[in-house]
Amino acid sequence: MTTTITKPPADAVPEPPKNGRRRRGLKAARAGGQHHAGPVAYLVLIAFTLVSVFPLFWTAIAASRDNARLAETPPPFWFGANLFDKLEVAWKDANLGEAFLNTTIVAGVSSLTIVVLSTLAGFAFAKLRFRGRGALMLIVIGTMMVPPQLQVIPLYMMVAKLDWTDQLQAVILPSLVSAFGVFFMRQYLIQALPDEIIEAARVDGASSWRVIWHVVFPAARPAMAVLGMLTFVQTWNDFLWPFLVLTQLGNPTVQVAVAGLGRGYTPDQALIMAGALLSTLPLLLVFAVFGKQIVGGIMQGAVKG
Amino acid sequence: MPTRHDTAAPPAKGGAAPARPPAGSANEERRRARLSRRWQRDVRWSPYAFVSPFFLLFLAFGLFPLLYTGWASLHTVELTAPTDMSWAGLRNYTRIFDDEFFWNAAKNTLIIGIISTVPQLMMALGIAHILNYKLRASTFYRVVMLAPYATSIAAATLVFVLLFGRDYGMINWFLGLVGFDAVDWQNDTWFSKIAVSTVVIWRWTGYNALIYLAAMQAIPQDLYESAALDGASRWKQFIHVTLPSLRPTILFTVVVSTIGASQLFAEPLLFDANKGASGGPQHQFQTLGLYLYEQGWVNQHLGRASAIAWTMFLILIVVGIINYVISRRLRASS
Repeated sequence: MTTTITKPPADAVPEPPKNGRRRRGLKAARAGGQHHAGPVAYLVLIAFTLVSVFPLFWTAIAASRDNARLAETPPPFWFGANLFDKLEVAWKDANLGEAFLNTTIVAGVSSLTIVVLSTLAGFAFAKLRFRGRGALMLIVIGTMMVPPQLQVIPLYMMVAKLDWTDQLQAVILPSLVSAFGVFFMRQYLIQALPDEIIEAARVDGASSWRVIWHVVFPAARPAMAVLGMLTFVQTWNDFLWPFLVLTQLGNPTVQVAVAGLGRGYTPDQALIMAGALLSTLPLLLVFAVFGKQIVGGIMQGAVKG
Repeated sequence: MPTRHDTAAPPAKGGAAPARPPAGSANEERRRARLSRRWQRDVRWSPYAFVSPFFLLFLAFGLFPLLYTGWASLHTVELTAPTDMSWAGLRNYTRIFDDEFFWNAAKNTLIIGIISTVPQLMMALGIAHILNYKLRASTFYRVVMLAPYATSIAAATLVFVLLFGRDYGMINWFLGLVGFDAVDWQNDTWFSKIAVSTVVIWRWTGYNALIYLAAMQAIPQDLYESAALDGASRWKQFIHVTLPSLRPTILFTVVVSTIGASQLFAEPLLFDANKGASGGPQHQFQTLGLYLYEQGWVNQHLGRASAIAWTMFLILIVVGIINYVISRRLRASS
């Protein structure tokens, strides 16, 4: 890197280039990391996008066929006539009505609780001074690294002792621990909530709970919404723990119910695909509506301080 | 800081005080002192009130189970009577270390971990680089490539089982068109691992691409400008500006993916629905997570499963230490 060249400010009008090297440099400099994409870039992107959606699309195609057609080559590339029949049968066979209700309850309760608790803790870590703050935050970050396998056995013992098998609280309670949520809200509130506003409320004599209610919650609302959606998706798709404590015929979540469709030696493939499709549909709808916000939330959570 | 609060709260009364008779002023003083004491208590203790719900839940459902798993790993516990424990010392550990399937599962976890993480993160990096260009409909691509992330593991795995079918699967059909023989994606030692990894790669590449993109957008423009003024090509800019700036993020995604890979469970479980916990007829894609489940819930030895869990924990701690050392080296060198 040469030190003699001074950097032009971003909005400066570039002077007429004096020589070839300089011109090339300026052209690239204006664009920086923001070049316009060429056709190859678009091609790669479109290919990647197709690969991302194709399995989902094909799930619907397979669900609209039957075993006989799925055991032919080439495989089907367009819809057959059975889609709605298969969806209906899958709905009944896999106990999906109950499963949807259960999963909505589990994911809803977890998301709401996690959002509120994470905002409280995230606010404290972001804006309040207290003894032990650094050490406690380290614990939070360390907790994010612990895989669930390390906890399921004692949790299973607890559930057995309390006789909670097939009961939703067995799934909900352990899911309420979200170190990610605390971390996420802390990152957001550090930059989104100016210290002066809290100070001002404090000078007006507001108690901590009033600060939370009138200052923190309003400021945190966008991040709370994103965290709520991310948590909902994650809880909806949770597999290991619900699989261990809920049974397919007892009181399943959607994932447990759908996983059960695949068993047996001559499974109805179209039926399995119909179940898989149904289990994912609600989330795809959420993404279709709130996709932009979710993308923003993931990207916001990624830039960590 | 506390002194300022003393005079500040409650603010409205302060100005009126001097005009009052001395007796009232003393009352006022007391009142104010009481308020400010309450105020200080609030300032000092409310942070703990705010973090305590999280930590109480964490103690009950996070830390306690983690430690108790270690305790249970030193006992013989049967699934049928999970509350009856009898002391076994280190016998659970010697049992699993003598079991060839434990080492097989450890090896599989490592292999699947590598062939799912490395291509995934490299592709994510490439996609993020493209997304960082000026694009038409950039939000559209970002949202669509999150569709796999929204798909549940169960649904994704079940679809890929069909796509990877040996006789009628679309992937073998396509390979046939290009002139390759049909591949037995379920039973072959290596191809089955590739197939399981594909599910992981498919679900997570877009998500990681967004994380890289966020980090790329945080790189200051003038770094690129000065590199461009030095005549660095786009490729050189990527190597010498983008990659070094992304180091912490790359490290972060490597750690997260490693943890994800170490706990791989549902993908191999559902990839061969009938074999279930054994991970294929020859255990060819049985991961440690699946092996734990097999020992605990199929063979009903919860104590032994706990020993597996703690072994995984120790492995993760070693990985964490390695990561810490590497990131310190990186920081020292930059």
